[in-house]
Amino acid sequence: MTRKLRAVIIGPGNIGTDLLMKMKRSDWVEPVWMVGIDPASEGLNRAAEMGIKTCATGIDGVLEHVISDDIRVAFDATSAYVHAENSRKLNELGVIMIDLTPAAIGPFCIPSVNLADHAKSNEMNVNMVTCGGQATIPIVAAVSRVQPVEYGEIVAAVSSRSVGPGTRKNIDEFTSTTAAAIEKVGGAKRGKAIIIVNPAEPPLLMRDTVHVLTKNEPDQAAIIASVNAMVAEVQKYVPGYKLVNGPIFDGNRVSIYLEVEGLGDFLPKYAGNLDIMTAAALRTAELFAEQADCGAFTLPARG
Amino acid sequence: MNIEGRKITLHEMSLRDGMHAKRHQISVSQMIEVAKAADEAGMPWIEITHGDGLGGASVNYGFSAATDEEYLSAVIPHLKNSKVSALLLPGIGTIDMLKRAMDCGIAGVRIATHCTEADCAEQHITFAAKTGLDTVGFLMMSHRASPEKLVEQALLMEGYGANCIYCTDSAGHMLPQDVTDRISAIRAALQPETELGFHGHHNLGMGIANSVAAVAAGANRIDGAIAGLGAGAGNAATELLVAVFERMGVETGVDLFKIMDAAEDLVVPMMDRMIRVDRGSLVLGYAGVYSSFLLFAERAEKRYGIPARDLLLELGRRGMVGGQEDMIEDLALTMSKNAGTIVSTK
Repeated sequence: MTRKLRAVIIGPGNIGTDLLMKMKRSDWVEPVWMVGIDPASEGLNRAAEMGIKTCATGIDGVLEHVISDDIRVAFDATSAYVHAENSRKLNELGVIMIDLTPAAIGPFCIPSVNLADHAKSNEMNVNMVTCGGQATIPIVAAVSRVQPVEYGEIVAAVSSRSVGPGTRKNIDEFTSTTAAAIEKVGGAKRGKAIIIVNPAEPPLLMRDTVHVLTKNEPDQAAIIASVNAMVAEVQKYVPGYKLVNGPIFDGNRVSIYLEVEGLGDFLPKYAGNLDIMTAAALRTAELFAEQADCGAFTLPARG
Repeated sequence: MNIEGRKITLHEMSLRDGMHAKRHQISVSQMIEVAKAADEAGMPWIEITHGDGLGGASVNYGFSAATDEEYLSAVIPHLKNSKVSALLLPGIGTIDMLKRAMDCGIAGVRIATHCTEADCAEQHITFAAKTGLDTVGFLMMSHRASPEKLVEQALLMEGYGANCIYCTDSAGHMLPQDVTDRISAIRAALQPETELGFHGHHNLGMGIANSVAAVAAGANRIDGAIAGLGAGAGNAATELLVAVFERMGVETGVDLFKIMDAAEDLVVPMMDRMIRVDRGSLVLGYAGVYSSFLLFAERAEKRYGIPARDLLLELGRRGMVGGQEDMIEDLALTMSKNAGTIVSTK
């Protein structure tokens, strides 16, 4: 009998709802609360229909239930502006925070690259970077584990229908957070990120391109093997993650062309950007739960 | 049409859009030389950045010969009257980059989004307008939006604080009637003090005719490039615009002989190829594809053996938008795989 971590989701928008749908299938994480700020919001109503408790008074409304409901993990899908306060209040009560905003107070987490390290160091707040970062940084890391990478650049193209108002108002946070994580987690000396919003109908699947400049001549065979292994690793939590073309070698340039098809939980399958974010966040909490269950990870003490 | 007596503001593109045609390799000294000639001729605005705007220097679009800051800080001190703008595409460039360009002395910024995605520019337009920069909302690939949709998007940008809106024919696909319909609809919807501009490409040979149609329908800012130096078949040539508007009695304030000398003596010799409606750029215009895709498609043809025309037509069918240059090599790879002609890279 495994011990599920009980969870609160903050923010009943596209991401929060998709996360809830995935969490309902999880063996390791159990959704208990959905928190919003508008009692009339569609997202809260949906969550209530799906049988979980809802709170429309923001994070403060749920704090008194944290201990009695044994909440151990929180997913913040609100905005960078309110995340710091949400995290502080919940961390104080011993709740681990998984940050899906671009706030990035805690270390970046790309499950296929560095999740195990975070579990070892008992992090209380990890940041899930961005959808584009989740789709591409594993590949940058797959090259940089073979040989030094001077420069890593990613282009994420997402369908207009899958990009909510939060992302649109904060495009700079997307590019700067992703670029920083290309360096810190991807291992590139310098990182750059580009996002393109495409309104084609029917909507296009999320596409992601990774361009890497290696310091020395690329070791083609080793890079191909490493990239293929990494794609398989990401596919464990995002089944629709696919290598479309590449690696292509052109001097010191290595280019890899990817596609992310979603599971079609809340938004249709074209919204792979939504899926890769929620799947990575859930995978992160699941690993913490697995590690806690076998004693490798210590949950904050609770009386 | 009678547009006699109207006054318009020309905006010089050869040092920004022209960067596409030069694979972003215009040197700092060439920039200074051309900008000084434009200034001397009375050009009110000159745009200077990487072809894809601030932060465009990348593997995806090509690295430029110098950085945006190097170009801007080298050119601006030489100019007596011309003001300099930068282009910024949210998703590529950031407010931090804009701040650095402001430190170099730009007087204006044009914030560009695909014609249906104006709300991605909110933070950039809001910021720029507050600093007092001349702030333009630049709606790219405007042929892909109906006049009604374009009005909705123009109003968003105006609401964020843009003092001028551009209808941008990035693909050189529009015909004069398309321009008339869009410009007159936007003009009717905007506040009277908000300016309205048109940016043309010559891919269907309509660069000048479309610019004239835009002025007739109420636009007062028009983009041109000396000798047409711009992506695809180039922009509406500045010297042609000056001559045509002069004949129509429209005041541009630009000296025709000085600007035609700059075209012939400075810009034409800089060209890597004749800027004209060749096969590739005609396909761009015909199929409504982003003009800067041209050289990338030609390179992919060389490497993967898929004709540039086939690539451009398919990119148009797939609804690719500005900035998706990566999808050209991707498509060439997929098409050559399907044709069984892929050259193994292993």
